Amino acid sequence: MDLFEYQARDMFEAHGVPVLAGATATTPQEARAAAEEIGRRSGGVTVVKAQVKTGGRGKAGGVKVAKSPEEAEEAAQAILGMDIKGHTVGTVMVAEGARIAEEYYFSLLLDRANRSYLAMCSKEGGMEIEQLAVERPEALARVEVDPNTGIDEAKAREIVEAAGFDEETAAKIVPVLASLWEVYRDEDATLVEVNPLVKTQDGDIIALDGKVTLDANADFRHPDHEALEDKAAADRLEAAAKEKGLNYVKLDGSVGIIGNGAGLVMSTLDVVAYAGEELTDGEGNHPKPANFLDIGGGASAEVMANGLHIILGDEQVKSVFVNVFGGITSCDAVANGIVGALNALGDEATKPLVVRLDGNNVEEGRRILAEANHPLVTIEETMDGAARKAAELASAANAA
Amino acid sequence: MAIFLDENSKVIVQGMTGSEGMKHTQRMLASGTQIVGGVNPRKAGQSVDFDGGVTVPVFGTVAEAVKETGANVSVIFVPPAFAKSAVVEAIDAEVPLAVVITEGIAVKDSAEFYSYAKTNGTTRIVGPNCPGLISPGKSNAGIIPANIAGPGRIGLVSKSGTLTYQMMYELREFGFSSAVGIGGDPIIGTTHIDCLEAFEKDPETDAIVMIGEIGGDAEERAAAYIKEHVTKPVVGYVAGFTAPEGKTMGHAGAIVSGSAGTAAAKQEALEAAGVKVGRTPSATADLMREIMKGLQ
Repeated sequence: MDLFEYQARDMFEAHGVPVLAGATATTPQEARAAAEEIGRRSGGVTVVKAQVKTGGRGKAGGVKVAKSPEEAEEAAQAILGMDIKGHTVGTVMVAEGARIAEEYYFSLLLDRANRSYLAMCSKEGGMEIEQLAVERPEALARVEVDPNTGIDEAKAREIVEAAGFDEETAAKIVPVLASLWEVYRDEDATLVEVNPLVKTQDGDIIALDGKVTLDANADFRHPDHEALEDKAAADRLEAAAKEKGLNYVKLDGSVGIIGNGAGLVMSTLDVVAYAGEELTDGEGNHPKPANFLDIGGGASAEVMANGLHIILGDEQVKSVFVNVFGGITSCDAVANGIVGALNALGDEATKPLVVRLDGNNVEEGRRILAEANHPLVTIEETMDGAARKAAELASAANAA
Repeated sequence: MAIFLDENSKVIVQGMTGSEGMKHTQRMLASGTQIVGGVNPRKAGQSVDFDGGVTVPVFGTVAEAVKETGANVSVIFVPPAFAKSAVVEAIDAEVPLAVVITEGIAVKDSAEFYSYAKTNGTTRIVGPNCPGLISPGKSNAGIIPANIAGPGRIGLVSKSGTLTYQMMYELREFGFSSAVGIGGDPIIGTTHIDCLEAFEKDPETDAIVMIGEIGGDAEERAAAYIKEHVTKPVVGYVAGFTAPEGKTMGHAGAIVSGSAGTAAAKQEALEAAGVKVGRTPSATADLMREIMKGLQ
């Protein structure tokens, strides 16, 4: 889960990372009130910043300096509701103004290639770091951080020295890096990025903007992380699937997909998309996958029914492809699951289902489905054939 | 020979007495695996009877199990919150191979136990969040159904469990030396490259199927390795061509971020290394079929 800037700010503050005062607002009036409060510390100057989980908001006009509460209100008026790369701004943060002398960059992230952590640090912050990494890689220090020892003072020194800071600045940054390590470790983050990390004209080091990504697998030890979820942005179907413990991602096509195992489902999406490239519906669109849904190894009737229920709740879905490889759960159990699910759904099941079963006890599985002879179910023997059939059904339904 | 696992493997199961542990221990036994013990500190000294008349003793610690049985493989079914300490225990007991089946382990825990193994230990970790590995007819450490395919001369390495099963099923006419499910998490103990290296050295493996998916750059690195070090024919498959950016597709590690981790980039890298890449699992199996027929 990616956090909003203001959530990262609060998390930084809780772990002793120096940040500026900031408050959120969802209306211009709230922004004005926040600016009155916060501006007292900075001679009336505040910065109104769009809260969106994407980069490039500055260029899009999502950050404005306000010299008075009135200006903050106007800025919020302009920014709220703005569309930044497909994200609508619903919240702004009103932050204390800072007199910036220099801008730096720091991040700590999971390094998949080395199966370790990586700290990146540069004296040249503010800009897009990807750009810096390409154009001037020598300006971006990269230092491995051992997951078990983390960033202690010695490691922090190593990082700032690699980045080439002068002694005075380095001494001030070292404790900040140690605090940022605490954020990473104690909150189970997979990314902590500060861009820019600034030195003010008074010589203080401050994390001016932060990005934090948290690991959902670690939620069990962070009950407080649930409150950070952006429930408003969550897709209705994704939220319903999550409640049922299903692994579901909404996509924008018309062929509903259910499969067992993440890799097989990803592969199913591809095969359906390939089949769809050769077809067009009445509006000239190619049928495409409507979702990713992995029901796991078990594929019981109950899980199958839950999965079908979610998919049939998607109005865009015109056909459903059930693609199961019977491994641990053999195909007869899966077939019984499908029949049971259709019975449980009754009239709710209204869209054609293409079922492909393969693997253990496949003959028995296909026999059970054939015997049930459900009017909506078509049995296909291969994954490619089933994908084509499901895409055709979706295409025909859209043409009708 | 096979890789990592053979008829001499003596397997213990950490978390054997849980429901998943019981179910799969039974299955591993049925496929001929030597299961020599279970580990559960609360049930030490007891034993568990399995179908087929096998009684498996339960030990309090991995170290004790190793001392008593000479175990050289541990399969771990311990729930996510306790998995890290289970793996660390296996590392401390110097078990040569620890297969971590558990799904949903926090990435920090995986990073910590991997780093611990690298710094202090001699243990090879497979997984986490993986189906384990099988050397058909010899031993089965994990949850790969043993009846999909028999022994043969193809080596298989895959991030995905069900795609492993699918590919084994499609190529069951040839059989496998070993099939290794390395798992779809961002941090895994054994990589494609580790398996490619082992298959290249294995005299019982003639050709290799490598299955990858979106996220990270493991496939690209494997491609570079193949170019330099692998002389045996390799066929590849990559899942997730149509996955959108920024959405995790089931596996914690399966995510396209910006231009990084796309299936197209992986396919390109593999093809540049001389690997034939199939567009679908069955097309990939066809490519391997041709190679195997050519070798016969």
